[in-house]
Amino acid sequence: MSKISQAFADKKAFIPFVTCGDPDLETTAKVVRAMEEAGADLIELGIPFSDPTAEGPVIQAANVRALSGGVTTDKIFEFVKELRKDVKVPLVFMTYANVVYSYGTERFVKRCVEVGIDGIILPDVPFEEKEEFAPACRANGVDFISLIAPTSEDRIAMIASEAEGFLYIVSSLGVTGTRSEIKTDISAIVEQVRKSAKVPCAVGFGISTPEQAARMAALSDGAIVGSAIVRIIGENGRDAAPYVKEYVKSMKDAVREA
Amino acid sequence: MENKSKGRFGVHGGQYIPETLMNAVIELEKAYDHYKNDPEFNRELTKLLNEYAGRPSLLYYAEKMTKDLGGAKIYLKREDLNHTGSHKINNVLGQALLAKKMGKTRLIAETGAGQHGVATATAAALMGMECVVFMGEEDTKRQALNVFRMRLLGAEVIPVKTGTATLKDAVSEAMREWTRRIDDTHYCLGSVMGPHPFPTIVRDFQAVISKEIKEQMLELEGRLPDVVMACVGGGSNAMGTFYNFVNDPQVKLIGCEAAGRGIDTFETAATLNTGKLGIFHGMKSYFCQDEYGQIAPVYSISAGLDYPGIGPEHAYLHDIGRAQYVAITDEEAVQAFEYLSRTEGIIPAIESAHAVAHAIKLAPTMKPDEIIVVTVSGRGDKDVAAIARYRGEEIYE
Repeated sequence: MSKISQAFADKKAFIPFVTCGDPDLETTAKVVRAMEEAGADLIELGIPFSDPTAEGPVIQAANVRALSGGVTTDKIFEFVKELRKDVKVPLVFMTYANVVYSYGTERFVKRCVEVGIDGIILPDVPFEEKEEFAPACRANGVDFISLIAPTSEDRIAMIASEAEGFLYIVSSLGVTGTRSEIKTDISAIVEQVRKSAKVPCAVGFGISTPEQAARMAALSDGAIVGSAIVRIIGENGRDAAPYVKEYVKSMKDAVREA
Repeated sequence: MENKSKGRFGVHGGQYIPETLMNAVIELEKAYDHYKNDPEFNRELTKLLNEYAGRPSLLYYAEKMTKDLGGAKIYLKREDLNHTGSHKINNVLGQALLAKKMGKTRLIAETGAGQHGVATATAAALMGMECVVFMGEEDTKRQALNVFRMRLLGAEVIPVKTGTATLKDAVSEAMREWTRRIDDTHYCLGSVMGPHPFPTIVRDFQAVISKEIKEQMLELEGRLPDVVMACVGGGSNAMGTFYNFVNDPQVKLIGCEAAGRGIDTFETAATLNTGKLGIFHGMKSYFCQDEYGQIAPVYSISAGLDYPGIGPEHAYLHDIGRAQYVAITDEEAVQAFEYLSRTEGIIPAIESAHAVAHAIKLAPTMKPDEIIVVTVSGRGDKDVAAIARYRGEEIYE
């Protein structure tokens, strides 16, 4: 079992997201450590992209802040290497195909292994195109994480049967961002996923409150939260870490009881 | 490992889109594969193209221009004479009809110069569909007239403020909107780009341009032209101009990219001359980008060519050397815009003026018995105020 799958062993996982370099890498380092201390089971590190087509306004703005602060893929690799001196929780990169492709997929994945990244999520790479990236990941022991959407329907079994690490279930149509209500029948999707997948599944997109997190974690194996955290960082800038810690703790507590 | 990827042109193309959209593009591909061979669909489309859009468009012998330049004989393929003023209507009528057959009631589109937006708004009005057009805020200012035209046609125009607030951001926002609302909505993509099957669908609907050029040329001259050329942003009018000549090796294919202030500056949109291989907006192709794959904030005086990528089939034609892609600066395009207006009494779109500019350079180097066909993709009324500003004169539209 991969380190990522282990993050779900015997518990419901809480998975927070942060955009690296928003507003600078020193802040991101404090935020990641705060998340680990607050009980995060797995952390998604976003490598900013100029044109993040799967993101809503909150994470789009974080990408702009990070890139205008001068962060680059190389600086993020160095940052993760430094982080790994004490941070133990599994870490996955969330970014876009061109960030990995332009770096050289093989070179990118090798750097991931060197610095201690456990998986990669690319929201603009569906099942049909994953052979561009998955073989290099497989060869180096990095999980290539697949997504399932409310529109996946007859595609669920195909995607789930080849899933690695965990399956990212997109809760709603549209882009990332908080939603007052999640209308998708998540339990029906999870039921189908579990027929084919050997890995756990977690639900993301639109989750911001402890109640939502608890409900989604109860239906699946965990809850993923991005925009709500990025908003706290956007509002508090370099002082965001304690606020993120408090928030992640409340979410983890809710998920734990799910 | 079995390659499941679809819609490849050499290494280019594919479907690099969120999982949320996969069933939508699969459904579109199935519908297109069915209707493209359906006689009833083709009858309806031909009727629309001929009786509504005014096809076939003229192939006009530009005699004054030919004599003035003193070289090859120049013909202009007059897509500017189509209803709505550009080649965009060819693709839009096809896609709108297809969307309607698929049971969709709402069209969304991106637009740069506003020509594709106007064409989509027009088709939506004609077919009784709802229409929302995404347009970079910068472009809504450069092309204010087209914004009002779209609203007049009943479309909602949403200014996109993210990124560089130009065409690429409009595409991103249209894609985001499509992931929000798929059931009743068709994304009427305006160029030979994006995820499969769009590059193929748009190319097929635009191929009417080269089909007609071929027929008209054989009738007028009894032979094929030596060169066909067109401007390239995403590349739809160029792909339409090239397509039926790709297997005629004696016909040279030339695409004219926007160099902006020059390909040695950062203010350029010349993808094949300055970009590198990448993955963006659903496709693998060439893109203007930095060393970390961040998409470059490109620039051109022409809002329609101001795009950091190029359609995958063009990338392939470039790789195999079948087509040549040259870069034309703002200044050269503006001069060609003025030249064609003065010489032939035809005001071309500033996009099309990029192709005219290359013809002005190329024709004198060719023999009088050689033939160039230049596609004038659109008319230039929309650009008059911007050209006046470029020449230092403030006029109100």
